[in-house]
Amino acid sequence: MRRLTIMLLLAGLVAAGLPGCSGQSSRTQAVFMLVDTSGTYAHQLDKAQSIINYLLAKLYPGDSLAVARIDSASFTQKNILDQVTFDGRPSYAIAQKRNFKRKIDDFVKSVKHGSAYTDITGAVVQAAEYLRETGAPHKTILIFSDLKEDLPKGDVRNFPLHLKGIRVVALNVTKLRSDNVDPRRYRNRVKHWRKRVEEGGGKFVLVNDLSRMDKVLPQQ
Amino acid sequence: MSLGNSWLVIPGQPVLSGIILAIIFFVLAYLARAPMLQAIHALGRVLYRMFRLAARSVAIAERRLDARNREVLLASGREAAERMVDREFHRIERVVNRDLQAYPELHRRISEHIRRIDEDFRNNNESPPTPPEWVKAVEAVAKLQETADPAVASVLGDIRKSLVRAQEKATHEYRKAAARRHRLLAGMAPSWRGIERDLSGVGKGVNTLLDRSGRIDRQMEEFEEIRNATDRAQQTLSSSSLTQFFVSALVMAIAIGGAMINFYLISRPMQEMVGGNSTIGPFLTANIAAMVIIFVELSMGLFLMESLRITRLFPVIGALDDRMRHRMIWITFGFLVALACVESGLALMRATLAASEQQLLQSLGNGGAAAAASAPQHQLIPMITQMVLSFILPFALAFVAIPLESLVQSARTVLGVVGVVLLRALRFVLRLLGNASVGGAGLLARLYDLLIFVPLRVEALFLLRRGGSGGALSGSPRRGED
Repeated sequence: MRRLTIMLLLAGLVAAGLPGCSGQSSRTQAVFMLVDTSGTYAHQLDKAQSIINYLLAKLYPGDSLAVARIDSASFTQKNILDQVTFDGRPSYAIAQKRNFKRKIDDFVKSVKHGSAYTDITGAVVQAAEYLRETGAPHKTILIFSDLKEDLPKGDVRNFPLHLKGIRVVALNVTKLRSDNVDPRRYRNRVKHWRKRVEEGGGKFVLVNDLSRMDKVLPQQ
Repeated sequence: MSLGNSWLVIPGQPVLSGIILAIIFFVLAYLARAPMLQAIHALGRVLYRMFRLAARSVAIAERRLDARNREVLLASGREAAERMVDREFHRIERVVNRDLQAYPELHRRISEHIRRIDEDFRNNNESPPTPPEWVKAVEAVAKLQETADPAVASVLGDIRKSLVRAQEKATHEYRKAAARRHRLLAGMAPSWRGIERDLSGVGKGVNTLLDRSGRIDRQMEEFEEIRNATDRAQQTLSSSSLTQFFVSALVMAIAIGGAMINFYLISRPMQEMVGGNSTIGPFLTANIAAMVIIFVELSMGLFLMESLRITRLFPVIGALDDRMRHRMIWITFGFLVALACVESGLALMRATLAASEQQLLQSLGNGGAAAAASAPQHQLIPMITQMVLSFILPFALAFVAIPLESLVQSARTVLGVVGVVLLRALRFVLRLLGNASVGGAGLLARLYDLLIFVPLRVEALFLLRRGGSGGALSGSPRRGED
């Protein structure tokens, strides 16, 4: 009888001790969203906000999310609006999502006018660093920008990117007024970034239609 | 000379080379006919023996398996019949004990009723009061002829009045006595009814015993048949076993469905306890933990059923003494209750999480459907349903032990029958191959002769010309070759 009780207790302990020998899920993913706040893009932040809300709804416990602004000097921690790795416990993850949303809402309200320059490369480099640190198997950088880089004098950004294993999604790449004059400029901009990403080992995806948000995150 | 032309006997003459080679081949084949035919027939015989040997081995295995199946079937049938007879005897024992315990009381009651009836009967025997003796004298006087004498008439009138009064009194007394007897008789009715009731109770008990003894007789007959290992008993047990197998498989499938629902209910809230992103191998830890809980419940259910002696999968538990067994019943039941409470709590957590998530989605602007679903009155009903379901399912799963036992026991028979059928089919195929190898060898020999029919024909003609008999006709085997 005693032996049986001990066996039953052992079974319970084994069940309770299961998390001790656990690893990270291969389904976790890390997403870094870069929001362009330069020029006219400062007025399109509501679209960026809805994309972030979509991400919050779609990401699971264990996933990581960070949002940073693209401005005149983007390769700085100060530009990161918020970053979070959602807790494994769903209730904590829900609370984290609420906090994240509140911070993004506050940021959107605080932006009055855009920055003078647009440092996309610096933001992408910083995002790639962050994503590599998370160790997530699926890494995505979302760039909410027109992809037209405009750097302050003296900044060096014409170096190759290291984006191996990272999916780069360009969102809402609006056509500029100058593109209307010569549409090849738009195509060249997209082509330039596709080339840079793919040369860096990454995968480039263009999503202009925001109703096709299912393309934003990798299919698992 | 290229490799493609290397076979040419005469260079540049492929047709001629072919003819020469064919002639050489046919001559060689004709010369090698006897050993070749012997080899073909020997191969056929070897293959035939090999297949026959294999078929015989399979037949032996089939017979052994059949005998083993028969033993298993009869043993399980014998055990089941013993259990049934044992149960019937226990029931009879209970009925007899109950009735015999009540017998002194019944006897006392019936005796009391009889005593009362006897007493009442004796009381009823009392005759009504007879009219006084002088009435006869008065009657005699009254019969006298009426005279004109007024004195006599007056006396007669008085006598008549006295007589009428006496008659009235006697009638009154008689009626009183009759009423008293009726009352006594009416008082006897409950006693009769009581006796009738008691006797019908005894009759019912006796009928039950007769019914039970009839059943026992039938079961004993079945038991005897099983013990004597008759074919009828085997057939009955075999068909019963097949039915049992399919029914228990169906119930097990339903139970698996229940376990899946249970898993669905507890896997999500389990993430709150073990984390939602950790894995063991390719599986989420939360899912494994939920599965472990369900398996522990199933195990507890098995132990409980075993301790209650409903199932007999673990002889060790069945052999425990009653005190220990009762303890085990309470322990396993306690575990089940605890697990049911845990599951109920997890269901509550699941409902809470779902509500919280809906609120978040609503705030993220994911449509009004979520907002409509988050109304409190709509949350309460599913939450209670989930909690009740999560509490009930562990106990429902505990009963899986019963179909599981049936499935395990009947599977032995069913698998045995399937094995016998497969072995029989294999034996048939092997015998077929054996016969085919002999026939094939014959056919091959004929084909060989067909290939060299020209030299054979020449030989036959040569023999005919030499005055030989028709025994060496073309295509017919020479003596000692076939």
